This record gives sequence, structure tokens and C-alpha cells, in this order.
Amino acid sequence: MRTPLDLAEAHPDPAFTVTLDGREIEALPGQTVAAALWSAGVTSWRTTRGEGRPRGVFCGIGVCYDCLVTVNDRPNQRACLVPLHPGDAIRTQEGTGHDD
Amino acid sequence: MTDRPHLAVIGAGPAGLAATVTAAAHGVRVTLLDSAVQAGGQFYRQPAAELHAGRPQALHHQWRTWERLRDALARHVAAGRATYLTDHHVWFVERRLNQQPGTADRGGPRGAFTVHALLGPEQEAPVEVTADAVLLATGGYEKVLPFPGWTLPGVLTAGGAQAMLKGTLAVSGRTAVVAGTGPLLLPVATGLAAAGVEVAALVESADPRAFLRRTRALAAQPGKVAEGAQYAAQLLRHRVKLLTRHTVVEAHGDERLEAVTVAALDTDGRVRPGTERRIACDTLAVGHGMLPHTDLAETLGCRLDGLHVQVDDEQRTDVPGIWAAGETTGIGGAALSLAEGHIAGRSAAARLTGAEPDPRTWATAAKSRTGLREFFAALDTVYAPPARWTDLVTDDTVVCRCEEVTGGAIREAVARLGAGDVRTVKLLTRAAMGWCQGRMCGPAVAGLAGCELTPSRRPFARPVPLGVLAHAGEAEDDEHQ
Amino acid sequence: MSKRLTCDVVVVGAGVVGAACAFYAARAGLDVVVVDRGPVSGGTTGAGEGNLLVSDKEPGPELDLALLSGRLWAQLAEEIGEFVEYEAKGGLVVASTPGGLTALGRFAEDQRAAGVVAEPVDGDSLYDLEPHLAPGLPGGVYYPQDCQVMPALAAAHLLRVSGARLLTGRTVTDVLLKRDGTVDGVRTSLGDILAPTVINAAGTWGGELAALAGVALPVLPRRGFVLVTEPLPRLVRHKVYAADYVADVASDSAALQTSPVVEGTAAGPVLIGASRERVGFDRTFSLPVVRALAAGATKLFPFLSDVRAMRSYLGFRPYLPDHLPAIGPDPRVPGLVHACGHEGAGIGLATGTGHLIAQLLGGKTPDLDPAPFRPDRFPDFPDEEGA
Repeated sequence: MRTPLDLAEAHPDPAFTVTLDGREIEALPGQTVAAALWSAGVTSWRTTRGEGRPRGVFCGIGVCYDCLVTVNDRPNQRACLVPLHPGDAIRTQEGTGHDD
Repeated sequence: MTDRPHLAVIGAGPAGLAATVTAAAHGVRVTLLDSAVQAGGQFYRQPAAELHAGRPQALHHQWRTWERLRDALARHVAAGRATYLTDHHVWFVERRLNQQPGTADRGGPRGAFTVHALLGPEQEAPVEVTADAVLLATGGYEKVLPFPGWTLPGVLTAGGAQAMLKGTLAVSGRTAVVAGTGPLLLPVATGLAAAGVEVAALVESADPRAFLRRTRALAAQPGKVAEGAQYAAQLLRHRVKLLTRHTVVEAHGDERLEAVTVAALDTDGRVRPGTERRIACDTLAVGHGMLPHTDLAETLGCRLDGLHVQVDDEQRTDVPGIWAAGETTGIGGAALSLAEGHIAGRSAAARLTGAEPDPRTWATAAKSRTGLREFFAALDTVYAPPARWTDLVTDDTVVCRCEEVTGGAIREAVARLGAGDVRTVKLLTRAAMGWCQGRMCGPAVAGLAGCELTPSRRPFARPVPLGVLAHAGEAEDDEHQ
Repeated sequence: MSKRLTCDVVVVGAGVVGAACAFYAARAGLDVVVVDRGPVSGGTTGAGEGNLLVSDKEPGPELDLALLSGRLWAQLAEEIGEFVEYEAKGGLVVASTPGGLTALGRFAEDQRAAGVVAEPVDGDSLYDLEPHLAPGLPGGVYYPQDCQVMPALAAAHLLRVSGARLLTGRTVTDVLLKRDGTVDGVRTSLGDILAPTVINAAGTWGGELAALAGVALPVLPRRGFVLVTEPLPRLVRHKVYAADYVADVASDSAALQTSPVVEGTAAGPVLIGASRERVGFDRTFSLPVVRALAAGATKLFPFLSDVRAMRSYLGFRPYLPDHLPAIGPDPRVPGLVHACGHEGAGIGLATGTGHLIAQLLGGKTPDLDPAPFRPDRFPDFPDEEGA
């Protein structure tokens, strides 16, 4: 199957490992949190503070704040903007993200 | 270079880039601030460098134009005429009224503005840039009207699907439906298809054939006609089913998107009963047009015309020292943004160096601007969300995604609590009070309340840590005591 | 269109004070129409924090009105509390120095004598009440009677349950007078509304409405900014403010004053006030003002440094020269009744105001002596202070 990487003839640097709630997943250098999670088959990493509903990427450009996630203990980061580094710890986020 | 007048350009999309390279070439020192890691804005969004894309142009249109802009910026940066600050998220532009005026005819007093930005993806550390004038090229974002299920993971904006594809070479699934209305849907559908996603349908609520009747606007833009024909050919090649005068009535799924129901629209914009059909998909890319980012301009006191920043023939706002170009002055695409950016750059350079600008120096850009504005005005009359989109918003449909305010709550605020305008609906329901500050739900709240969408006041263009706010602009204020 | 309506009482202003006037008058059996040029809560009410405070008031008529109002809000809360986010959260006033604590203690002692529950809090107990306060604070005073409502909802739901008729989007263009000089109703942009009683609950615009009836009422705006943070769990439990706030509230100065007032809300965000400055109706965003608010709040609660401000809004508090509201019949124009000029305390004082006016309209003995709030207490010439 053709992939976006094929289309752009991309030859990324070697993948590295990050964690999602402690589980190891692979990420490519330059990928945002959202891209790495999509590649790992994950489309939701937050639940809302009212109804506890799952959310993921919506606007993809940092405007809607729907893709909020906790990265290295820093809550409410926009997954569509934040690039990953080896060893980063991504945590799914509930409610306000401030451990409520 | 430090004795040159200093122009801060906010936004490195087509308008900001064109303005930067033009102003830098005409005697002005430019600081270009952009929130992204790489220049290009949404239209020319580049894959992350570490992905080493050998053929990024496969994701793009008008690649040569981009190369020219990119190379010109690099030359001006190398020559010290321009400073390019990436990953700078501007949250506020301060008009420093305690400065002595004196050179208002040159765009404003020296050091009249402070641009306040937050650094890096974390957006915790502040940066302040003082400039003699500011050019706002803040672009736009996508408008999406709500329908049941639109908050499910897997439903994303059409522009979002494209941004993720262009910037990170990522897609959210294997089977997509592209839906809504507007010229953006075509490149999104063909882009996803080229990247290996099965595009099950392109669902357009308008009937773009109506556009063919607008022959005058079309005849003036042969390039746009050719572009449209290319997309049509690509849709055919990828076997994308095109459903015009159709709309998505519901997105289905529990924890994520599994399918959508689409239906045909009658001439009044109502769903035609019995035409509903279910299409299995894991991605829905949906959009209903674009809205300009006007927060910085509004807080500066610039006059808005409807939802966009009002500018004169030179792209000047009514606030001395503030220019604006691109989508923020009205949605019109990359080519129009380039023309406006060029004119703004010329005008700002002339005025900041004490000269009266000569419109003949931008005659080509001005001609292109006129034609493209007409073209997009014609486009606007063709592409429209279903006239009765509010019928689709059930009382339990979430309208404000951040605060989870439903259609029913908004209707109740209007019908039972005396809310007569958008502001009161917000106060009484918390709609638009969350993280995105109503950027996503604003059009829907206005529509459900039966009011016209008006620009919101957002003194902070993006959230700012209180620790940063507690010291913002402090140093300069002390200096001028 | 010119439709003529008749009723017992026209209330001008659909903010919280107008809503409370309508509520108590309607409950007293009067036929009430509320008219506003904008929507419900469109003025100062919609820009308020929703404070129902006794803690910031020194003994005197305003404190008496606040205590009465607090009891009335508690009664109302049984009916509409959940709709208006009523919370008996309590207020905590914090001193920053031992000297400040001593002064605060004396202030609280006087308040206690006037009927306020004010409990001294030592340095250790302070952190039991608010664990996230900055370390090293000497102490403060806890006021359990301080409460909060969501002000826009409070006005809307008071109106909803009042039974009064609500007419929004109509501007009052004149106060109609009979030949004998008594009130006959109001003229609006959409027709006349006839009534023997007109209540001026027009807030910051109360002076203009009074002028339509031919009398002077020197209501002036005092601008205030509020900062709103991202949603948080309940990290700030009470309304917490620095002892300086009391001095600012009572101050006559035109200059900018800011003293941190920090509170969590039922909806999640923390609200940060309070600035006061007299700049007319200038709606320009002011970085120095908002910066001072942020600085004060982060000093009180250091954890807030990393919390994001999402937005800021401003409003205009209607005040009268002696910082007391105008409440009651205007002897200069029989039938004209004032209920405006509550400055920053209008949400809290709304219930008492509406209740007193209903008692006065019904010929009953009011629960409080309304004399200090007489609307004709100012000399009938342009006010020097605001000129």
C-alpha cells in the first residue's frame, strides 16, 4: 500500500522510542506527537472533563485545542504541534489535565 | 542594518513571506515571526526536515513560487536585512502609547509597537520584539459547522487532514470521506488519495456547476479553471465518488469514527428524506470554508469589515503603523495573499523610509489582487453550507467542543433565558468560553442563536502563562517612566 | 410598530439588579415589565465575577444591605441555586505582613460587632483553608458568609422565575410624565409602556435614565478588568484576596488600583480581579492593568505562574460619589424609583435592593432604613468629581 512517505519520497532518520502511558511506541524524528500516535494506530488520547468523551486531532494546526495531551508531565500540550524526542513520555489526559 | 526602520511581520505564509522579501529589498529591516518550525504557512506547509522528503512538491501546488519565496528569504536573512524567528507564537501586539509620536507619516513613531510572543511548542518562555511598524499576516483557519458525531476521533477538519499530511506525512486512517463545502475539499481529497488513502466520497453541499454560470469571474482566471480541471481529472483517476448537493448528516462510532451517513439536499437546503446512505470510513475530513485570524488586529483597535481586517489600497489598516495582508483581510487563497503581501511590503518600506509609495511599483500585484478578489467573491456565492444546517444539530449534539455545550442548551438560552446575541448565549451557556475561545463553535453558536457572526474580542491571541503575563512589557515601561 | 403596554411597574435594565427588582415586585403581586436596550445581562452584570461579599465592607449601611442580601440569596438558592451556580464558598482575606494582619484584625472586629462572621486565621490554619497559598504568610480572616453566583445566569434565572415580562432589544427613549409631574411610564424604541412606577436599574447608564425623567443622578463608570484562566480542578477553594483590596474598594482615587482577588469557579476557570480605574467608557485593552492583576495573583498563589490566562474581559462599575447605591423612590419625580450605582457590589446587593424596593412599593416597613441610599442626596448640579 502506498503511504504518504512514499509519495513525498521521504527517507526519515532512524525511528526512536517514546512511551504512551508507559507502553513503548516508535516515532520518526520530526514527527509531532499526533503523527506518531496516528502511525501507532491511536486516534484518541484525551477525555473531556464534562462527559469523559474521547478526543484526538481536529484542526491539526493548533487552533482548536482538542488534541491536548500530557508530555513529560507537562499537561495540555497540543499534540498536533509538539515534536517528539527520544524517550519522551506521553500520557493520555483526563479532564483538565491537572490531576483532578 | 540597525539604523534601518524596523518592520515586524507576523506570519510566514504566502502573505507574510511576500511582504518580508519585498520590504527587506527596499530599505527596511524586517523581523519575521512565525509559529511554525518552517516557513510556508498552511498553504506551503513543509514536511519536517528530519523526514528528508525527496519530493515534497508531490504534496503541493505552485511549488516554483514557494522556491522563489524561500530562497529570497534565505538571501535577506544571510545579508542581515531580515531576521526570521521560527516557533514564535505571538499572543499580543502592544501599541506603546507612551512613546512620543512624531513620525506618524512614516507609519508610526519609532519603536511604537512591542510584539509579545511565546517560544517553542511549550509556549512558556516569553520573547518581546520592538518594532516601528507591524504587518499582520496571520492567515486563517477552517470553519466547521456541527452535526451529530462530529466530536468523534477520526473526524477532523479538511485543512487539518491536509496539514497533518503535508507537515508530518501522516494520515489518520485508511478510508476517508471528504465533506463540507468549498474549494479546499478538492486538493484535500486528491492529496489523501495520492497518499494512499481510499477516499470513499467527496461530499459537497454546493453545486459547483453553478460556478460555470459565473463566466466573467472564470474568464478572468484561466489559471483557476485549469486548476479545477486538474483536480477533476485526479478525482477520476483515484475513483473518488463526487456527491454534489449532498451533506453528512451524522458521524457514527463509539470511541472513534466508523461510518458516516450522507444524504442529498433539496433546493431549500433540506435533507431529502429517503436519500440517506451509510458509508464506512475511519476518517472524515470536513470543512465549510475559512475564517480569518483577526485577534491581534482587533485588540490593536484596527477597524474590521465584517469578519476581516479592513485595509486600504496599500494594505494599511486604520491604525497608523499597522499593515495587514493575506487571509486576515479576507479569504482569497495563496495567490491573492502573495499579491497583498507584496503591496503591503512595498507600502510599508516606502512609508517607513520616509517616501510616498508609488502604486505603479505594484501595478501587476494590484491587478492580480482585483481579479482574485472578484473571483473569490464569486466563489463565495457558489460554495455554501446547506442552508438548513441547523436542522441537523439535534438538541444533544455538542456544539462547543471545549465546554461540551449542546445545541439544546444554546436553544434554551435563546428561547427561555432572554439571550438575544452571541455574547449573552456564551455567558449563559459557557459556549465559546473554553480553550479555543470560540474559534471552532463561533459560527455555529451564532447560527443557532439566529444572529450574525461577529468578531469576538480576544485580547490574548493565544493562552499565555500568568507568570509571563505578570512581567510582559515591564522592562520597556520602566525604561520610559 | 407602536404597541402600548400597561402594567404596574416598568423595570429599566435586565441586569441582575433589574432582575431582582422584577422578582420581588412580581412576587409581591405586581404586574412587572422589564425592558432593556440589549439582551439579558448585557452590561455590567455580564462582566462581573458574581461576588456576594460581606468581607470587603466596613460597618455601615452598605454592610447592612449586604447582610440582608446574603440572607435573601441563601433563600433564593433553594429555588434556583443550581441554575445560577450558587456557592457558599466563603472568603479568605490574607495579610501579607504582621502589621497588615493587625490592621485586618481590627477591621474584622468592627465587622463582627455589625453582625459579620469573621474568624481570625493564624499562619498555620491559613494553609488548611488554602493549601496552595504562597508560603510564609502571617495569617488572615475567614468570612464564611461570602458567597458566589454566576452573575449572567443569576439575572437570567431570576427573570425566568419572576413571572415578569421581559422585553429586550428596546431602548428607553423617554420617561413619560403626567401633567402633575408623576410618572406615567416609558417611551421605548418599540412603543410606550404605561405604568405608575418606573424602576431605574440601568446600572452605569442610570444617570442618563434619570436625566430622561428630568433629575440628576451622578452615576459614573469605574473600569475593571478580570482575567480568566484555563479550567482547573479546585485548587483555589475560597474567594481569596489581599487585605489591600478593602482599601481600594473604598478609595476615591481616579488612578489605577489593583489588588489581587483570586477565586475558583464551579465551571473550572480561576477568576482574577480586581482593577479599578476611572477612564470613562474606554474599552481599550490595557496590558499594564492586566499585568498587575497577573503579578498580584501569582504572588498570592505561585502555582498560577504556570497556569494559562485564556482571556480577559472588562466592565464598568456604576458608582456614585459616596460609593453607596441609589435605592428607593425619588421625591423629585413621584413614581420614579432608583436601583442603581452599586459599583462593584451589584450582584451581591441586588437581592436586598429588590426586596427593599418591593417593600417600599407595597407600603410596608422596610427591613432596613433606606435613608442612606436616598437618590436625591446629591446636590442638584453637575458633580465636581466626575467633571
